[in-house]
Amino acid sequence: MARIRVENLCKDFVTDASKSIHAVKNASLSVEEGEVVVIIGPSGSGKSTLLRTINRLEIPTSGKIFFDEVEVSSNSDIRHIREEVGMVFQSFNLFPHLTVLENITLAPMRVKKMAKAEAHALAYTLLERVGLSEKANSHPNQLSGGQQQRVAIARALAMNPKVMLFDEPTSALDPEMIKEVLDVMLSLAKSGMTMLIVSHEMGFATAAADRIVFMDEGEIIEVAKPEVLFNNPQSKRTEKFLKHIL
Amino acid sequence: MKKNEYGEHANLVKKLVSRPPETQKVSTKIQMTDGVLIPRKDDHHVFNSWRLTFIIAAGLLTFLVIFVPTPYRSIFLVVIQGAPTTFQVTIISIIGAIIIGLFVGLGSVAKSYIVNMISGIYVEFIRGIPLLVQLIFIYYAMGRLFRIEGMLAAIAALSICFGAYMGEIVRAGIQAIPKGQMEAAIALGLTRGQAFRYVILPQTIKVILPAIGNEFISMLKDSSLVSTIALTDILRKGREHIARTFLSLETMFVVALVYLLITLILSRLVGILEERLHKNG
Repeated sequence: MARIRVENLCKDFVTDASKSIHAVKNASLSVEEGEVVVIIGPSGSGKSTLLRTINRLEIPTSGKIFFDEVEVSSNSDIRHIREEVGMVFQSFNLFPHLTVLENITLAPMRVKKMAKAEAHALAYTLLERVGLSEKANSHPNQLSGGQQQRVAIARALAMNPKVMLFDEPTSALDPEMIKEVLDVMLSLAKSGMTMLIVSHEMGFATAAADRIVFMDEGEIIEVAKPEVLFNNPQSKRTEKFLKHIL
Repeated sequence: MKKNEYGEHANLVKKLVSRPPETQKVSTKIQMTDGVLIPRKDDHHVFNSWRLTFIIAAGLLTFLVIFVPTPYRSIFLVVIQGAPTTFQVTIISIIGAIIIGLFVGLGSVAKSYIVNMISGIYVEFIRGIPLLVQLIFIYYAMGRLFRIEGMLAAIAALSICFGAYMGEIVRAGIQAIPKGQMEAAIALGLTRGQAFRYVILPQTIKVILPAIGNEFISMLKDSSLVSTIALTDILRKGREHIARTFLSLETMFVVALVYLLITLILSRLVGILEERLHKNG
């Protein structure tokens, strides 16, 4: 059973009255249970937009999205789906007025009505998992970018999601901090989490991805296993892109 | 009175809207909406001008009250009796204005078009009518329909008027919070209401606190208008004293110094508040 199934998705952005940008054109994709799928492609190719339509941070112009075979639409209980889909952002988006602990416990306590003690225990377990137990009472601005992103991952995991979406999780990080975040993501992938990742980290994609999706100009050009896509791309556009970055 | 209202609010909004998107730190500074100089430690010129003004004003008042007891000491003792009313009106009204401003601000960022319209019309309506006109309107015009006590009318007028400005401050404050904060909150499964309550508003309050302090100073000065509806505030006390003694110049001099000193002290306090907030990130 596909965890996420995207069918003929289109997303247009209307810039002004006459013009509109086709950010995603007729994209179809499915992500199976336990699968790690990495989306690559040049910037502006619609990768992030595609990811963000899955939990309806962007409303698709047309096409369908299914989560556990239930259609994600304006009529569906989107909040319930968002509980089960964790998301990690490029700019971390931690809540700066809350401590690390409060950042992690906010959603479990307010959405799942988890007891405070239970939420704290959960938060400490997750912080240990991302290697930041001693930072529980720090504020986000006291942490490095890499640490903030690891907290953001812990915060998303606190809702016990079935799927994790990563929107360029390492793009805003200094080079020396990228590894610590990728390590957390790699161990998450190994634990069997279903993940859909937009990333420019080809090394990580090779190591962690079950499949790689190449997007260009809003279209899904090629979907293949990493060794196939990197060594033997079927499309000229994929080949050209890989030549540029490798 | 307020000058360049539209211009300054437009600047404020422009400043907030033009912030680089997706920045994590909420370091946006709300531009002050009134002409009060907010002294800051790093700005030596402003700090010195504040200090100089304060020393001159405090020194002058102290000198006059101690060494020229007739007529200044008696004037001061009469005028200062109006201070409790001035503060009472201002403090209650600023609370009223914050409550109204919160609804107006939330209304103007709400998703519903009708709610946007209602709060927009309220702001345009109130901002376009001078406070003195609103005050007299509420006191006299509505007093014909049902008797309104002076204090209540003053508080109502100031709250309603400053509520509109406060609404703009709240709106700008909410819009100063990076979009990613709301996205992160709803992506976790929080409702929009919960996201506002636990994520957006606490950050907004921090951003707009100095601006609220500045509105308070502004309101304290504008509260002198309530003397026209028979409330015995600082100005009214002075005018009553003039009516008795005909010492118009001396009395108004003391009245001006009292207002100036209160305003200077408050603006320094707002400055300290702002410094603290910046230090705490």
